[in-house]
Amino acid sequence: MPEPAHLQAAATLPEAQKEPVVLFENVSLRFDGPAVLEDVSFRVAAGETRILLGPAGVGKSVLLKLANGIMRPDSGRIFLFGEEITAMPEEQLLKLRTRTGMVFQEGALFDSLTVRDNVGYQLMEQHLPVDEIDRRVREALRFVELEHTYDMLPASLSGGMRRRVAIARAIINQPSLLLYDSPTGGLDPVTSTTIDELIIKERDVYGTPSLLVTHRLQDAFTMVTSHFDSEKGEMVPLPHGQTNSLTSFLVLHQGKLIFDGSTAALVGSDDPFLKEFLA
Amino acid sequence: MAFAFDRIDTLAKSMLFAVQEYTLFCWQGVSSLFRAPHYWADIMTQCDLIGVGSLPIVVLTGFFTGGVLALQSAASLAQFGAQAYTGRFVSLSMIRELAPVLTGLMVSGRNASGMASELGSMVVTEQIDAMRALGTDPMKKLVSPRVLATVVMLFLLTIVSDTLGTAGGAFVAVFISKQNGTQFFTSAYQSLGYDDIAQGLTKPLFFGFIIATVGCYFGMKTSGGTQGVGRSTTQAVVVSSVLIIFCDFILSRALLWLYSGI
Repeated sequence: MPEPAHLQAAATLPEAQKEPVVLFENVSLRFDGPAVLEDVSFRVAAGETRILLGPAGVGKSVLLKLANGIMRPDSGRIFLFGEEITAMPEEQLLKLRTRTGMVFQEGALFDSLTVRDNVGYQLMEQHLPVDEIDRRVREALRFVELEHTYDMLPASLSGGMRRRVAIARAIINQPSLLLYDSPTGGLDPVTSTTIDELIIKERDVYGTPSLLVTHRLQDAFTMVTSHFDSEKGEMVPLPHGQTNSLTSFLVLHQGKLIFDGSTAALVGSDDPFLKEFLA
Repeated sequence: MAFAFDRIDTLAKSMLFAVQEYTLFCWQGVSSLFRAPHYWADIMTQCDLIGVGSLPIVVLTGFFTGGVLALQSAASLAQFGAQAYTGRFVSLSMIRELAPVLTGLMVSGRNASGMASELGSMVVTEQIDAMRALGTDPMKKLVSPRVLATVVMLFLLTIVSDTLGTAGGAFVAVFISKQNGTQFFTSAYQSLGYDDIAQGLTKPLFFGFIIATVGCYFGMKTSGGTQGVGRSTTQAVVVSSVLIIFCDFILSRALLWLYSGI
């Protein structure tokens, strides 16, 4: 396995940002059958975007839920914002989770609430004034270019729109970490590119660290070879041969983390599975 | 033979595990009621859905059960020349036994299934995980309001059923059995003691708790997609109905001993 990317990336970061936002130490998890995750260790540093690749059903979503304390590992330790969450009581975890934003595979919008109430859910739970909630919901919806869906119910939105609303819900509280679970899964290429652009925009404009799960290589490589141009207001490709230095890869296979490194290391890997996976 | 023992062993363990899980679930649901934040708006919404929503079926069930009771008892009592006791028979049967149990079963059929399917759908579409990811405790937000609302509203619905059952009995006694209305109500009123009313109104508190906790438990434990939601819904209705009848027997025995020393 090549030198882990987080060590290379961490070396280029300011001292204050070297503290990992997420840290997995020898994490294992098993349900009834074989281990879903076995001895998984990695970290997400401040400002970093880590793309978790792997075939379908390999445990990527489980790993994301572990990172947010929604599931608990059988062994190993998980740290979120420097605090160990492995055995943290749910009450404390709920508070810690208000600092993260999570985008679920199918959006997981509350289907009985309007888009406004979905996006502003966290703010309503904090009992903020209605005017402020309205303003921030509109701001978040403007970010995902869906301001016109304000009063609509999730059932009347398309799959792509639901993901964008889910992104708006995840970012409204200005989280310190974003977790994306296959945000483009099941979407057409055009809609996928729109979602990719939003994720890149969030990464480049706000610098929010993130852990992104996908099995679509095209999306993953779009992330590392593009950046958001604030002046043009759109995603543009980086010059040929350049990649985003703070975006790197993790690859899961049969419950094990078989790769942790940069784009160049991934592309140049001799691992037979990686070669086949990337082909 | 060994295979049979293995199966029994596995079944016993899984049942014991389910009881343990359900007990912990109930404890969390109740203890969440006493910890902030409190979702009063959700409690009121559930009171409306469970209480007001169940009112028509409870009214109809209560009225016609009282009516049937009067019809059957009047015919039997007439053989002994004791038709005048119809009011007493109807009110005692309704208030002590039939109103709480039938209301419980009706509300269970309507609401335990509703809770299991609603929460089950939220589980399989990851809405519960999303809620937790947004920093909200689903036990506080979804389970506790349903438990409190069901206990309170079933208590009130039982009073409605008691009243309508007695009215249904009176209607049949007066208009079909041609009895005297004053005699019916006097007999019904004089036979009732505070212990009868206390017995009848203690039961819905337990039944309401069973309906809500069983409905929510099966909902929150749903797995296996839409098929799993259907399975949870069926299990919730079956288990809550059986538990209500079982609990009724235990409570009747305990309350009779408590109030009458029998």
